[in-house]
Amino acid sequence: MVERETALLRKMEINVTEAEKRSGKNTVNMQETYTVYLIETRPAETVPEGGTPAVPDTLWRRYSEFELLRTYLLVTYPYIIIPPLPEKRAEFVWHKLSADNLDPDFVERRRVGLENFLLRVASHPVLSNDKIFFRFLTELDMCDLVLHQVDSRLKSLSAMFRVKNPDKRFTALKQYSDELNTVISHLLRVRARVADRLYGVYKVHGNYGRVFSEWSAIEKEMGDGLQSAGHHMDTYAASIDDILEEEEHYADQVKEYLFYTDAVRSVCRKHELSQYDLEMAAQDLAYKKQQKEELATGIVRVFSLKGMTSKLFGQESQEQREIRLAALEQSIQEGEETVKEKNAECQEFVRTAWEDIERFKEQKDKDLREALISYAVVQISMCKKGIQVWSNAKECFSKM
Amino acid sequence: MSEHTVPADLSGHMLDLDEDEDLEVFSKSTSLADGSSMPNSPSSMVNQYRLEEDDEEQQNGNTKDIFITVDNPESHVTAIETFIMYRVLTKTTRSEFDSCEYEVHRRYQDFLWLRSKLEENYPTLIIHPLPEKFVMKGMVERFSNDFIETRRKALHRFLNKISEHPILSYNQHFKVFLTAQELAPHRKQSAGFLSRMGETVRAVANSVRGLSSRPEEFTLMQEYLENFSNKICSVNKVTQRVIKEQREYLDELKQYSPTYVQWAGLEGELAEPLKDVASCVERCSKETEEQIQHLSQVLLPILHEYVLCGETLKAVMRRRDNIQAEFEAKNETLASKKADKEAMQVEVDGLADRVEMANNALKGDWSHWQNSMRTDLKSAFISTAEKNVEYYEKCLAVWELFLLSQRVEPRKELDEEDVS
Repeated sequence: MVERETALLRKMEINVTEAEKRSGKNTVNMQETYTVYLIETRPAETVPEGGTPAVPDTLWRRYSEFELLRTYLLVTYPYIIIPPLPEKRAEFVWHKLSADNLDPDFVERRRVGLENFLLRVASHPVLSNDKIFFRFLTELDMCDLVLHQVDSRLKSLSAMFRVKNPDKRFTALKQYSDELNTVISHLLRVRARVADRLYGVYKVHGNYGRVFSEWSAIEKEMGDGLQSAGHHMDTYAASIDDILEEEEHYADQVKEYLFYTDAVRSVCRKHELSQYDLEMAAQDLAYKKQQKEELATGIVRVFSLKGMTSKLFGQESQEQREIRLAALEQSIQEGEETVKEKNAECQEFVRTAWEDIERFKEQKDKDLREALISYAVVQISMCKKGIQVWSNAKECFSKM
Repeated sequence: MSEHTVPADLSGHMLDLDEDEDLEVFSKSTSLADGSSMPNSPSSMVNQYRLEEDDEEQQNGNTKDIFITVDNPESHVTAIETFIMYRVLTKTTRSEFDSCEYEVHRRYQDFLWLRSKLEENYPTLIIHPLPEKFVMKGMVERFSNDFIETRRKALHRFLNKISEHPILSYNQHFKVFLTAQELAPHRKQSAGFLSRMGETVRAVANSVRGLSSRPEEFTLMQEYLENFSNKICSVNKVTQRVIKEQREYLDELKQYSPTYVQWAGLEGELAEPLKDVASCVERCSKETEEQIQHLSQVLLPILHEYVLCGETLKAVMRRRDNIQAEFEAKNETLASKKADKEAMQVEVDGLADRVEMANNALKGDWSHWQNSMRTDLKSAFISTAEKNVEYYEKCLAVWELFLLSQRVEPRKELDEEDVS
């Protein structure tokens, strides 16, 4: 990830350096074990030659606190694509990788992911200026965070409201985001299976090591060659562990963008929501105007209870009508204000959101291209190791 | 949960190869067959010169005077059966042959006949095994192209092994096999059946009696054989497993490349690098396919042949034991006889000679076989290692090209890290 220069990052360095297990009682008074992560911040001055870097400020936080921060950001900046957190539970694991949240490897990868999250926020032109974020990094007490609730409408995945005139760009973006989610999920699943199989191939070669060693004991001329070739087979079998660990970093980079699709979708939904509010307000206004017209002309176009009752029980008096008319006028004026407001809100949302979306698109293309390059680097490393091992083995066989 | 990085649970991948855990390990320092201490019995003298020849020189082709190929498998259909005929081409400068070129057609049964005649004539020589009659494993079709090709190659190797053998290659039956247009009349002539019966009966009788003492060198040979058989079977099993795992890996790899293409379809700027990665993965899967083929066609058949060799050798040891047992039985009878000793003495002396001949033949052939085994396996392993190096080199090139296309320099620091 390329860190953009922001005022915050010019001032301070942010790291998540360690992870520790803690035990404590949770909200339902049950004993639980969880992991906390150490957030280190220090002033971003260049250290003079031979000088010691400044002692960092540190504080420990657990994953759920990061979740609260993110929720706060989601609510406060609905038009921004909020960076995702690393996964809550390990998904797309190939069988040797643990799905246990307390497993050291998982914890380590989560630590990296959390650091990445903080750096993403810290390098965002808008988010990096947030005061709460700053406090999250530097102060322990964060009661305010708990108070923020995400709009329940946003949580529902199915479209419960219909928008008549959404901005077409958002519709296209939502579709792209959904398709990207599907494609990346599929890719990660297959990659995990490929990793699994590759692991099997390498590990089976370990058996050669064992058998060659045993065999070499009964041979005269062939013994040495077999024995040393066997050692190389063991090396080959062992080499896959590091290779796949490196590849896991690539998978994490891709996974980040899988989670980003949720954030993008969320922004699109918020647009729909604000558009919906606008349309509702406009509809409401139109209805009131209609009512006024009917009241003024006496022509009932729309069925209303008032209209029915006045038909049945007789027309109301002129006075009553004028009171009602005045009330409607008032309501209409308010309605017009509301529509104006909503319209402005909507337009502002579209403008700011689209700005962030353009920024995001650029970031995405850059990051993913880098990820693909790093994948190629892992493959190259694997090939080089393979060449070396098998060349060595060949030499040993030649001595048979 | 473990505290280590990746749980070292290899149990799923380590094969259960050993059935006999407490096999005696044969010591490397004992020399088995030096071939130098050969008594002066007449028949062994004749062959002594040839046995001490450097076999590797023979295989170089410097002294090779006979060249045989087996090719052209053709299906023959008769009213009763369908079978494959192979063409056997012989080119030779040997004076025993009337012509210098022969072309005949033989079927699998003919090879079986040849081998059994050779075994009959030289019970204690190590005769290369033939490919199996029928392979159950893998449900291979009897007439599938792969099966026929594998068999053809094995038959080719068989004839060449015979032709390279200092004694066997001068056998009459071998010559007839290579030269006669019609083999059937020659097959009918041999009284093989009856003598084989006799041998089996005698063998059973002798095994019941047991050997009084086996010369130590043959005991050691037997021990080595047991171990060798065991190990070569294991190597064979491991190789089969490697091929299986590779095939499963390839299957997944084939599904992997399309996911990148799918993704590319959604993107703008990113489409090109994604498609490039897809094609890299595809290239690598093609190379994997070739690598699997090489294993199946080069390493596995040789390993299989030496598994069969193990069985052959055990049979040879048994036959040698029987010859010795027969002599010992008659010798005992002679010792307990009171009168008419002269006639039996001649018989016993004859059997004693036979034992000596058998032992010498085996001893001499043993080192020939060991060299042959070493050469064959060495070259198969080298070839496999070479193929693997080639595989990785090709894949390396593919990915480096991708990096170049992204206008990224393959970083030098990374090279130094990887070498360690």
